[in-house]
Amino acid sequence: MEAVRFDNVKYSYRENEDVFAVNGVTLSIEQGEFVAVLGRNGSGKSTLAKLINVLLEPTEGGVQVFGMDTSDPDLTFEIRKNTGMVFQNPDNQTVASIVEDDVAFGPENIGVPREEIGRRIDFALDAVGMQAFRHATPNRLSGGQKQRIAIAGVLALLPKIMILDESTAMLDPQGRREVMEVVKKLNREQGMTVILITHFMDEALQAGRAVVMHRGEVVMDGKPEEIFARSDELETYNLTLPRAAYICKQLRAAGMPVAEAFTAEELAEEICRSLQKA
Amino acid sequence: MQIVAKGLTYTYDAKSPFASQALRGVDLTIDEGEFFGIIGHTGSGKSTFVQHLNALIRLTGGSLQVGEFDLADKKCDLRALRRRVGMVFQYPEYQLFAETVEKDVEFGLKNFQKDLSDADRAAAVAEALETVGLDYESVREQSPFELSGGQKRRVAIAGVIVTKPEVLILDEPAAGLDPLGKKELMDLLHAIHGGWCKTIVVVSHDMDEIAENCTRAAVFEKGKVAMCGAPADIFRRADELLEMGLDVPVTARCARILRGRGIEIDTDFTCDDFARKVIALWEKGGEGRAQ
Amino acid sequence: MLNDVTFGQYYPVRSFVHDMDPRAKIIFVIAYIVAIFLADNFFGLAAVILFLLVAVLLSRVPFGRVLRSVKMILFLVIFTAVLNLFFYAGESAYEPLLQWGIVRITWESVVNTVYLAVRLFLLVLGTSLLTLTTTPVSLTDGLESLLKPLSYIKVPVHELALIMSIALRFIPILVDETNRIISAQKARGADFDTGGIIKRAKAMIPVLIPLLVSAFRRAEELSDAMDARCYRGSKGRTKYKKLRFTWRDLVGFFYFAALITGVVLLNVYLGGRFEFLAWIFQ
Repeated sequence: MEAVRFDNVKYSYRENEDVFAVNGVTLSIEQGEFVAVLGRNGSGKSTLAKLINVLLEPTEGGVQVFGMDTSDPDLTFEIRKNTGMVFQNPDNQTVASIVEDDVAFGPENIGVPREEIGRRIDFALDAVGMQAFRHATPNRLSGGQKQRIAIAGVLALLPKIMILDESTAMLDPQGRREVMEVVKKLNREQGMTVILITHFMDEALQAGRAVVMHRGEVVMDGKPEEIFARSDELETYNLTLPRAAYICKQLRAAGMPVAEAFTAEELAEEICRSLQKA
Repeated sequence: MQIVAKGLTYTYDAKSPFASQALRGVDLTIDEGEFFGIIGHTGSGKSTFVQHLNALIRLTGGSLQVGEFDLADKKCDLRALRRRVGMVFQYPEYQLFAETVEKDVEFGLKNFQKDLSDADRAAAVAEALETVGLDYESVREQSPFELSGGQKRRVAIAGVIVTKPEVLILDEPAAGLDPLGKKELMDLLHAIHGGWCKTIVVVSHDMDEIAENCTRAAVFEKGKVAMCGAPADIFRRADELLEMGLDVPVTARCARILRGRGIEIDTDFTCDDFARKVIALWEKGGEGRAQ
Repeated sequence: MLNDVTFGQYYPVRSFVHDMDPRAKIIFVIAYIVAIFLADNFFGLAAVILFLLVAVLLSRVPFGRVLRSVKMILFLVIFTAVLNLFFYAGESAYEPLLQWGIVRITWESVVNTVYLAVRLFLLVLGTSLLTLTTTPVSLTDGLESLLKPLSYIKVPVHELALIMSIALRFIPILVDETNRIISAQKARGADFDTGGIIKRAKAMIPVLIPLLVSAFRRAEELSDAMDARCYRGSKGRTKYKKLRFTWRDLVGFFYFAALITGVVLLNVYLGGRFEFLAWIFQ
């Protein structure tokens, strides 16, 4: 089933101007997909994300979420229920001073009965591994923990799509790992459709599909491995290869018989193989 | 200026029930001319340490000598110290305040060098802005708040380097930037390093960045220096770093696996050097087979 | 670092008083205040003090901690007390203790002054026991629930309560941020510690502007995050945490009912505060 569909979407932050943050995007994302969106700052990634859950409405073209058109005001609520969004700064998306109250915020908004909210909090906190912090205050948590709480707050709405708008950008490596583990698990075990906007190439590698944006347009779209194999093209969009892929490229340029490698583990495997062959 | 810390200790909220000891005896020497990296978990004490270097946190235990400044001395001239030891905080663009870029950048000059002539001051601002890659004439009258994220950060850095500090400390200067932005920023730091800016101290979570840019680095762990040395020496101990829950560069991770398979690669852990060494090894193996 | 939900003066232990319903506690504080003002003789005040002492004991908050709240209003109390002492306007049944121009101290003014000071202290002690035993969050919940009837006359009670709880949530964040900005500007040579008041106020501009900008940025992001989580005001909203009265609150009810009854009875049988003077001078 098609989860998100963009039909030649344009969006401009300034009215009556031909400067488009998103400039003619046509894109289809299936339910259960894990899509990484890459691109430089200002390439239109965040705008794309906000168009999905009606924080923005397209200037031209149409966006559909599970067949619901985002320009229909009667559907806004239903669309948002189905598209959870986690933002960049973990501090700026928490409403309450106690973890469980914050997770309850979403379900309260959509009128879930009290007992059911309790169950949803349990489910959401378990899913992100933060049950132990149920009665804690977010201010005392680490960045990664805060972001997991933000994910739980979104999960409690039982969405079918989860959008992460550079949600790992402000975290330390450990926090990033925590969040990525949770996201991958949600995608794998619950079939959650994940749209991950990121600058980290190693995170993109963990996705099933990568979309590269450049000046408001989708310029590359495919499996991360395919995208990173087209390194010259990637360079024109000012993106860099994951370091392992960069090393691999140099090895190949020197004539070493190594296959494409994108992670340290794959690279080690390839080097090992080719050295033993030699 | 050489930086020598001995037995540095510091406790936040010392007399309250929330007291937490951030530094537990830090011994560290950073020589003039280094491009020094500081690694560690959030809460390992690294930020507390660097804020001691220009007395934003006053010394309470141990000793700290920064050039001729003795930070234990109550009468230490903080103004003179801070003029020569610049500090760029995390997300420095959030500290912009003036209505124009020029006024924001000259803030430090006006505080530190009050007797500077207008022309000299304008020249210094222009130089700082050009250094960070912005065109003085086109941005000077702009509001800093209307610039793009990357430009804001450049302006904020210009506002620190405008007084030409001999030591420049940066707390995760590249956080939140895209990969190319990160690379540009590191290039910028290399460009100023060695001129008027003799020493650079960078706090970073990005191990590849440390491996590729630093002359030496220190690993902070639980308020102490756990390791200190050239990046190659530190990352050779990848097992210990991983045990601390820290990252290691991709090259180090790869080298670690290869070592497990009996393949030793003697590298400084930069990508280029790593590739060179692997290729050399392969070619040697090839020759062996050809003979 | 005010890095805590306990911002304000919440004293984090569990006790009989801590576990009471915040609505009940708010009502009891009002009853307590009524009792203070009803008490018109020293025996009545003594009764109030006694009841407060028991409440403090039950709350497990150390006495010193409760008394600290008095420090803040000490000056105010001394100031009004002195005024009251020297400029008592009423008639006096006895010889003035001191007469010097318009300054006149009488037995009545002494009694009134002591009375006023004790009342003010009791007022502050009682209300601070409320804030010491109730988190700002549950205090907000309690107020929202108590003021709910006002929403029928279009007072946006829910919105006000939400604003208050968000403000409470962001105070520690903004405090941290302020410290960070101050450090950053200090590193650029800003001087906040010397000069006159105008110079110091001006020196704060490089702190206040970024703080303001950041508060707006945060507000914008927060409003996006709230929108994304389906917030649309109080319409169709449920509440996860329901306040519930327990036996503790019932005990409290009888406790304060007893206090008010006692104070009224003491007034009736022992008379007003000046009867006490007459009793001494007999």
